[in-house]
Amino acid sequence: MSKFVFLIPLLPFVGFLINGLGRNFLSRMLVNIIGCGVLIASFVISILVFREVSAPGFTASAIDYFNFIKAGGLDIKASFLVDQLSALFLLVITGIGSLIHVYSTAYMKEETAPHYARYFAYLNLFVFSMLLLVLGSNFVVMFIGWEGVGLCSYLLIGYWFGNASYNNAAKKAFVMNRIGDLGFLLAIFWMLSQFGSIAYADVFTKASTAPVAVLTGITILLFVGAMGKSAQIPLYTWLPDAMAGPTPVSALIHAATMVTAGIYMIARSNVMFSLAPISQHLIAIIGISTALLAATIALKQNDIKKVLAYSTVSQLGLMFLALGVGAYTAGVFHVMTHAFFKALLFLGAGSVIHAMHHEQDIKKMGGLGKKLPITHITFLIGCLAIAGIPPFAGFFSKDEILIAALGKSPILYALGIMTSVMTAFYMFRLYFLTFSGTFRGSEEQAHHVHESPLAMTFPLMVLALLSVVGGWVGIPALFVKDAHLLAAYLSPVLTSQTAEGHHLSHSTEWTLMGILLAFILLAILFSKKLFGKQFKGENTTEGVPGFLANKWYVDEIYDAIIVRPINGLAAFFSKIIENKIIDGLVNGVGKGVQFSARQMRLLQSGQVGSYILIMMVSIILFFIFQLFWKL
Amino acid sequence: MQVMPINYYIFLSVALFTIGIVGVLTRRNAIIIFMCIELMLNAVNVLLVAFSKMHHVAAFALDSSTTAGTEAQLFVFFIMVVAAAEVTVGLAIIVMLYRNIHAVDINFLNRLKH
Repeated sequence: MSKFVFLIPLLPFVGFLINGLGRNFLSRMLVNIIGCGVLIASFVISILVFREVSAPGFTASAIDYFNFIKAGGLDIKASFLVDQLSALFLLVITGIGSLIHVYSTAYMKEETAPHYARYFAYLNLFVFSMLLLVLGSNFVVMFIGWEGVGLCSYLLIGYWFGNASYNNAAKKAFVMNRIGDLGFLLAIFWMLSQFGSIAYADVFTKASTAPVAVLTGITILLFVGAMGKSAQIPLYTWLPDAMAGPTPVSALIHAATMVTAGIYMIARSNVMFSLAPISQHLIAIIGISTALLAATIALKQNDIKKVLAYSTVSQLGLMFLALGVGAYTAGVFHVMTHAFFKALLFLGAGSVIHAMHHEQDIKKMGGLGKKLPITHITFLIGCLAIAGIPPFAGFFSKDEILIAALGKSPILYALGIMTSVMTAFYMFRLYFLTFSGTFRGSEEQAHHVHESPLAMTFPLMVLALLSVVGGWVGIPALFVKDAHLLAAYLSPVLTSQTAEGHHLSHSTEWTLMGILLAFILLAILFSKKLFGKQFKGENTTEGVPGFLANKWYVDEIYDAIIVRPINGLAAFFSKIIENKIIDGLVNGVGKGVQFSARQMRLLQSGQVGSYILIMMVSIILFFIFQLFWKL
Repeated sequence: MQVMPINYYIFLSVALFTIGIVGVLTRRNAIIIFMCIELMLNAVNVLLVAFSKMHHVAAFALDSSTTAGTEAQLFVFFIMVVAAAEVTVGLAIIVMLYRNIHAVDINFLNRLKH
């Protein structure tokens, strides 16, 4: 089956070409079949690959396809590596991707023909790039996929390109991604100069021979790349603005897959990161800070998608916290469960937006629970999962992260608890404001509200089921011995995992778990009290709530510190250096030539007498000249 | 008989040459300019003959059958031939000029300016 691995990315790429080139004349049914069909086919092949990988006695090896760059000592091959980690990501990407493609066939129904096909073409291209990213067996193939997903993110955020603010959001996402990519590129160059190769096999086996300072530098640069792609401080402001794209795009790209590329990269390079403790501390600190910051902002947002966007940033922060304390399995586990419930929440939000005819302000919603039953139940399941209520998926993964954080430092653990409590609070605030109470919208909106078609509710139901059972692959040793299937599965890849610090007795762990659960339930009840029945309106302008609602003014700070000076510099270059100096130089040469020509013309006066005089003077001068200097 | 010292011939030649130059530069009549050019050429001829005689006398004192300084006298003939040819061409041009502007004043030649 490993022979057919190349089909997994190839099929979506073919889908991109067909839908993209044929967007003007393919029928809608054909676009649907091609767009979703290639994804489902890739998913089937991914399942077969996964079965092969999880069979006992499987050893991973790279599959080389061709020489990409071969120049002097530099040898970069285009090759794939199918091992446990990439097989897991393949399943998540193609599985959730297929569901979202099916969902989009109903959500994007109002688009005209060429734009409808364009959407599916871009979505297929995105899946292709993401698959390249996780399948690559060296950092260059990963980087190609990395850039590809950044590009597709730009294309899809700015999908409705008629709107100028959407275009700005797309540009913002792309530019911030690029800033991170610079770090990634520098890391690749450094790895090349240090190890002579950027294939995973070579780099990871030679990693222990490099000095710690070099490894710290490389890993910090890799993390800068992850900061841009996975929206960590300071490169996270693009993700909330990216909600300008269609909701299925937000679900796929900005919840389940693209933003997890950074986690994948760090999990893949776990050998290097474990050898550089300073980078790990940095990752943990930035992770938890991002988690807290985003959680506080989400408390006061009024747009469904913005709340979910900040929630994504916050959960990504938790994943990076896990990576930073060396619990790589926990990080990957949370990627998986987060993909399930975040995609579910986004698709549910899309269903609500669709029903409310493109209204996204939760202040105008309420009481939708009875009118959108399936959406209501699945959204509730998603909220329970993200809040971390057992036995839903989020509980197991989040708990594992927090216990691992406690093993490193109690402060990280306390901040993690704060984040989890806030998460529960704002997610249920969102749930109650949307689905409970009385409807606060207009009369005609109330008439239009109806449950979404099967193409949209079916993925919701599948993802809800996954959110319930998805956590059961990672049951910690606390409950049942040796039941953590995921850890056993990933152990050949995540070799430098710090062992579960079992310096806590079982009873301590039970107690801590119980306390956390109690806090979360209290948060949920508190939010039900505030937002459940009558909603009297919130303060979003003054004091601390206003500060939070305005996203800590980070965008304004970036604007003042970075954007304005660069614009000023550009204006300086344009008006002064370009117009005055360079143009002046070029025009000046022309003017100089004209001036000297005018002066030269005076020599030709037409007076024969002056001609003879000049001739005489020149002859005398030549005569004297040749007398003294031997030419 | 004593030979005249070469200085006198040099002074004569230089004087004739400068009179020729000044004439070329300052006169307006084209024919007068030609006369001054002839004057310069003849000044050079005088100088050549004088030096030829000087070298011959010096060589004759050592060996009475040499032809040591005689090349210059031959060169004088060349110069005269060249002068004659040049005058022919020059006067032909002046005749053409006169036919057009009915004057031999060189200041009328400023049409070269255009």
